[in-house]
Amino acid sequence: MNIPFILSLIVFLPLLGSIVVMFMPGTKEKEIKNFSIIISLFPFILSILLWTGYDYTQGQYQFVQDYSWIPSLNVRFHMAADGLSIPLIFLTTLLSVLSFWYSSRVIKYRVKEFFALFLMLEMGMLGVFVALDLVLFYFFWEIGLVPMFLLIGIWGQEKDRPQYSAIKFFLYTLVGSVAMLLAFIAIYLQTGTWDVTAIPAMMPFASNPTLAAVAFWAIFIAFAIKVPLFPFHTWLPDAHTAAPTAGSVILAGVLLKLGGYGMIRILIPFFPQTFRYFAVFIAVFGVISMIYGALVSMAQWDLKRLIAYSSVSHMGYFTLGLAAAVYYGDPESQIIALNGAILQMFNHGIITGGFFFLVGVLYERTHTRDLKAFGGLSSRLPKYYAVMMVTAFASLGLPGLAGFISELLVFRGAYATMPAIAIVGIIAIVLTAAYILWKIIQYVFLGEFSPEKWSKIFDVKHWSFGEDMAPFELITMAPLVFGMVLIGVYPSVILRMINHASQIILGSAY
Amino acid sequence: MNDILLLLPEFVLLISAFVIFILDLLWKKQPEKAGMFPVLALLGSLAAFAATIFLWMSGGIRLDIIATDSGNQVPMLAVDQFALFFKAYVALTLAFVSVIATDYIRARTPFRGEFYALTIMAGLALMLVASSVNLVMIFLAFEFLSITSYLLTGYLRDDELSIEAALKYFLYGSVASAVMLFGFSLIFGATGSVDLVGIAQGLAKADHTITTFLVFPSLVLIIVGLGFKIALVPFHQWSPEAYQGAPTPITAFLSVGPKAAGFALMARILTIAFPAFAASANVSWIVILSGIAMLTMTFGNVVALWQKDIKRLFAYSSIAQAGYMLIGVVAIAPQYVGGSPEVVGWPQGLNGLLMYLLAYLFTNIGVFAIIIAMENKTGSTAINSYAGLIKRSPYLAVAFLIFLLSLIGIPPTAGFIGKLFVFGAAITQGMFVLAFVAIINSVISVYYYLGISRQMFFTQSDDTSPIAVSGPLNAVVTITLVLVLAMALWAQPFIDWTTNSAQIIASSF
Repeated sequence: MNIPFILSLIVFLPLLGSIVVMFMPGTKEKEIKNFSIIISLFPFILSILLWTGYDYTQGQYQFVQDYSWIPSLNVRFHMAADGLSIPLIFLTTLLSVLSFWYSSRVIKYRVKEFFALFLMLEMGMLGVFVALDLVLFYFFWEIGLVPMFLLIGIWGQEKDRPQYSAIKFFLYTLVGSVAMLLAFIAIYLQTGTWDVTAIPAMMPFASNPTLAAVAFWAIFIAFAIKVPLFPFHTWLPDAHTAAPTAGSVILAGVLLKLGGYGMIRILIPFFPQTFRYFAVFIAVFGVISMIYGALVSMAQWDLKRLIAYSSVSHMGYFTLGLAAAVYYGDPESQIIALNGAILQMFNHGIITGGFFFLVGVLYERTHTRDLKAFGGLSSRLPKYYAVMMVTAFASLGLPGLAGFISELLVFRGAYATMPAIAIVGIIAIVLTAAYILWKIIQYVFLGEFSPEKWSKIFDVKHWSFGEDMAPFELITMAPLVFGMVLIGVYPSVILRMINHASQIILGSAY
Repeated sequence: MNDILLLLPEFVLLISAFVIFILDLLWKKQPEKAGMFPVLALLGSLAAFAATIFLWMSGGIRLDIIATDSGNQVPMLAVDQFALFFKAYVALTLAFVSVIATDYIRARTPFRGEFYALTIMAGLALMLVASSVNLVMIFLAFEFLSITSYLLTGYLRDDELSIEAALKYFLYGSVASAVMLFGFSLIFGATGSVDLVGIAQGLAKADHTITTFLVFPSLVLIIVGLGFKIALVPFHQWSPEAYQGAPTPITAFLSVGPKAAGFALMARILTIAFPAFAASANVSWIVILSGIAMLTMTFGNVVALWQKDIKRLFAYSSIAQAGYMLIGVVAIAPQYVGGSPEVVGWPQGLNGLLMYLLAYLFTNIGVFAIIIAMENKTGSTAINSYAGLIKRSPYLAVAFLIFLLSLIGIPPTAGFIGKLFVFGAAITQGMFVLAFVAIINSVISVYYYLGISRQMFFTQSDDTSPIAVSGPLNAVVTITLVLVLAMALWAQPFIDWTTNSAQIIASSF
């Protein structure tokens, strides 16, 4: 089915929704919640249509919209989607719907602001995935910052220092993005266009490797902060821990992907040789992120913080796959590595997004996230236990679940192009299993259940949803669990699209 | 066109000011009619704006007004599009300031007529500054501006802060004027000319000794004088006190008007009288100014981090913003340090300066409209009096947030377009260090700008009574908000206007 302006609809319907919510009276909380859920369903349905409407016989970019915007600077309103962006758009709209659905039950105060900001955030994220003009890209990139800043600051838990975390998040991201802006301007001055599809052919700074390296790193660091790659990750644990549940889900599920998406969409085509030159260096940092993130996760006693650090580790797999994809090697392995990297982003979105929902479920009941306080919950919360087990095993890479496929592809690709680094990276898999089994499963679910401890941590005051997972919580988790299993047993459902994009991206760059 | 018509905007302002002065006398016994003064001031400013636009549309070429001086023709004022841009800018500023001053002045002083008349006079002075092309005229216009500014700063004569501010402003200002005058005398001695074109011709014939011993000192002295008006570091010491002590509408005026006029004059003097010294080996105003620019933005941003009073914070913010604008002047020169030969047409630095000034006008007037609304309600200018503003007035809080984002330079706001233009100009000229310092500063500024939003959105306040905003203030907030967003989302008309206005100076350079 061909819907005209489908990308604009996907991006700007949430904006429209946000504006409508701003003008709704703040006392009508129920209406605001229902309206937000409904408005977020439209981009979700449209993103499914994008997926089904994608034509594998055509070239890379489809659903194109291209209009002049600021003629004297040659800025264009250029949007299109391809096999790289469509899965991420789908992920964004899916997680947004689930976040609205979940938040409509748990957000109790300043409801109107929450939903208005969240819709604004959704617009910013979706815009990044479809913008093909550097200025437009930068617009959307920055628009998402402000709602997230406010979401963390307003709805964060007092003990997690939300204001500090919010400002830290904003500052870190902005440091990167202003450097990126300068690099974009420099690229424009050289090539005369902001168009992401036209710049690769002009090979910016190809004649001057030093300038190319400077521009590359200016942009790379902006994306690496978002990913986040060690040593730029320090904003992440604070922001993830302080954010409200839905905010953490979106942070981990989508915002981190903006950085990864940017690396593939912008850095590979613009600077193929520079990227290749630094690939080993970047891969090393990817592996450090994997191992360091896993080790720090293992040391955490705060469940949410543990999962935040596990994001650092899991996005390290992405970085390793990306670096392996641009390094010297046979084209097949490169493509496999890139497929793995992209799939890892998607999987991390649904798995870690699911994790944060599950932490939220527990926190709503106990108002604590201290691992030492739990224990023996498997018998008391069997449904919760089951859902958590699937998510946890998907995260540690159990065959048959989503995480395994992407990790397999990453290591398969990386082993072919940079074997030594890949072998070191394997350690991270062991460490991941350790912190998930030992810290999460054992400390929360296993062991003796003591009623004494139970009455101490399970505050009857907060006991609003019954003991085990309530239906609305199960509905929130259902699509994510379904996705983990589906991708685990039948990865082609998504890999076909990703592979199409990887082939074109690597094929035209190298 | 009749020469006298070219001064239409000035005449409109002059007449409005005198009408207000006279009515002020006539209505002495009828204080209830004083509510008409801001309306008159607004109408006068809008009429001046219309006249300026009319001239801008009709005048494509440089038009000099010639004063005859014993047979020699000496140009005094240029009514070119560059000057007309600034006149339109000033007229807009005056219109906004008259509206936002209405409630503020009514609540604080019975002498309302003079306030508006003096503000319009200050605007008239700004217009003259923007068109002066002759050292004598420049000095006269500048003194006119300074005296009206001192008076307005100290207008609340029962308020000690206001008096202190005026006195400090006056002392610093007099010294700066003297310094600039001394610079003028040196350059007159070196070239025997007082008009800018004549100076350039004289300097072209001057020998090495003159350029070393006269031009360099006079250039420095002139930059000091201008730097004082614009509040560049290290000539800024007056501005925090003056901004904090002055009546808030005047703070808004001072932060926008004199700054713009100072930049207009700086661009004109440096490009027309001193083009040969832009980047010559022994005297380079580009080097001097880039040093000042880096110093100004860094100092302004860093000191702003510690401010507790919002007017004082915006004094430092406006110092920092002047630093970014200065990049526009620094990057004025075409290709002075071997910019890339493949460089495509990027609008020149001057164009960036004008864009930045426009963005700054809309943003800062919006900010001060909100500050005045808050001051009217709470009587306080402490930053922590903004706590919980989102509850008390959601509209003001959201508008303020957008203005703050514009000052940081985050899209989709006018400030982003301004920064894009000046940063782009700097990179075109190969001034990477300057561009780098500027972006680091944008990041520093986040902390204090978002510190305000932290109060507004995150902190709860005990007082949750809603803030009622008067109609005029609300209108200004809305208009500036729309302009701030429009300048980013629909930038082309603004770019066309500034490009055409900057061309005349840029091409003469």
